[in-house]
Formats: sequence, C-alpha cells, structure tokens
Amino acid sequence: MAGSDALATGTAAPAAPDTVKILIAGGFGVGKTTMVGSVSEITPLRTEEPLTVAGLGVDDLAGIEEKRATTVAMDFGRITISDELVLYLFGTPGQQRFWFMWNDLAVGALGAVVLIDVRRPESSFAAVDFFERRRIPFVVAVNGFDGRHPYPADDIRESLALPADVPVVLCDARRRESSRDVLIALLDLLIAAAVD
Amino acid sequence: MTDSDAAGRLVRPFALTGGRTRPSRADFTLITTVTAVDPPPEGSPRPQAEQSRILRRCARPVAVAELAALLDLPVSVVVIMLCDLLEAGLITAHPPRPVSPRTPDLDLLQKVREGLGRL
Repeated sequence: MAGSDALATGTAAPAAPDTVKILIAGGFGVGKTTMVGSVSEITPLRTEEPLTVAGLGVDDLAGIEEKRATTVAMDFGRITISDELVLYLFGTPGQQRFWFMWNDLAVGALGAVVLIDVRRPESSFAAVDFFERRRIPFVVAVNGFDGRHPYPADDIRESLALPADVPVVLCDARRRESSRDVLIALLDLLIAAAVD
Repeated sequence: MTDSDAAGRLVRPFALTGGRTRPSRADFTLITTVTAVDPPPEGSPRPQAEQSRILRRCARPVAVAELAALLDLPVSVVVIMLCDLLEAGLITAHPPRPVSPRTPDLDLLQKVREGLGRL
C-alpha cells in the first residue's frame, strides 16, 4: 500500500510497483544501449544531467577544454516483471571522466553486467575493476562482432584475469533472447550466492 | 536540446524552490516511483505550470528517471520539483525495493528470474 510508506502523504493513489535495477556497464561504445534496447519493453529513454566544469577534476578536462559545461547522458530501459515489480536497466555513462556517477548508480543495484566488445576488451577493464573493488556481483557478457565470437569464453576470462566465480557469457547484444540470457545468468549468480 | 534551451529551463524550476524546508532530495532515487494524488488534497496550492506537467505525467505511477526523460529535464531539476509536490501533498513517493548484497532477498531474486524467463 502506497499509503503506508514513510514518504507517502495524501491518499487515493493507485498502487505503485516495487522497483529494482541492474546496471549495464562497459567501455564507451561497447553496445550498452543496444543491450538495454533489445530487452526493454520501451524504447530506451535518455536522461541528461548538466555538469559544470567545476565538478570535474583538472585531469578530466582533456578534450573538453572548449566547453564551460557538459552533460552526462544515461540510457535506460524497463522490464515489467509483474504488477508489483518492475526491473530497470541502466546503461552507465561510458566515458571514463563520468565514472563518479557510477557510484550513485550502483547504490541499490541488484548487480551488473559488464559488456565487452570482443574487438577491444581492454575498453571494459576499468568496469571490471569498478565492480570487483566494490564487491558488486557482476557477469561479463562478451558482445560479438556482427554476432561472431572468435574467442572462447575461457580466453576472455584469462585475458581479464577474472576469478572462476564470475560467469562469462558470449552474447549478441542486438538480440533480445541473447540479452535476456545474460540477465538470467546474472540472476542465477545472485540466487546461488543467496542460497549459500 | 540546445544550450540556451537548457539554461532557460534550469532557471524556472530552481526559482520555484525558494528556500522552504522540504523533503530531502535523497528521498528520490532514479527508480523511486511517484504518483499524483487524485483528487488533490483540499486547500493545496494551485500547481505552477511545470508542476502541472509533472502531475499529468504521473497520473499513474512512474519512476523518477522516466519522468525526467519524458519531460526532457535533468533528473536533479525534476527531483527538486518533486520535493515541493510531495511537501504539498500532491504526489506520493514509493521508494525502490531495498537491496543489500549482505542480506540477499531470495524471494525477490527468484521473482525477477522468473519474470526474465517469461520474456
């Protein structure tokens, strides 16, 4: 009941669903928005947050010297699990200089998918580090090039120096079933940890 | 959205907040769900134009991030306006399901897993 919430004031509102979120992370241009869009029931939405230059460290200004202000864009999608439960998928901002936003995004997330472009896995190294350091559960999803996967999952695991308990899933972020299976792999990981 | 457009938009919502005590911005996460109270409580102030836009968009429950995207406004601006609306009793806010890695909610996880399996 919405009326029993600490925050609720007033009455006569339809029941609001519980909400949860999963982050889709990875380097710039690895296909995060593509993955969000392929499983979301809505066309991915975008929010843009204005940032003042004062909010950024000096070292982070490379490439944006001409700008007084910039915006961080975040794309997200939605999956309605039931009348009472809605899952949101947030694509994290890919550019490294916006990573401070990840901390806010990560709070209260069920877990994360680190998406890797099979042609340049190094662009997602930092994302792997981010979730490992914060002990946020994640799976690694290797997005093929045009759906093709030249390397087996174990080679990717080795190149990322991933612990054995982090699942590595080969995927095609353009395909709904493939992206869904990545999310299911994350939920299976979370459920296994919860049962332990 | 052009820069001048963004600047023009920023002025009005921030000007509306005028130093009153109000619910904390921390009450509104990206996936906090807000719903307009219908009918509005008796004696509540007439909503301003931007507030009316928000109220129309949340006649049914909608997450803060969705609201910001639909209104084409930054989340930070929408949250300040939502604080005012909550204080005025014109909306209700439903916090996200709490998630703690240390005390996982198996029932919740299984529900999400089953929902994904149905996709």
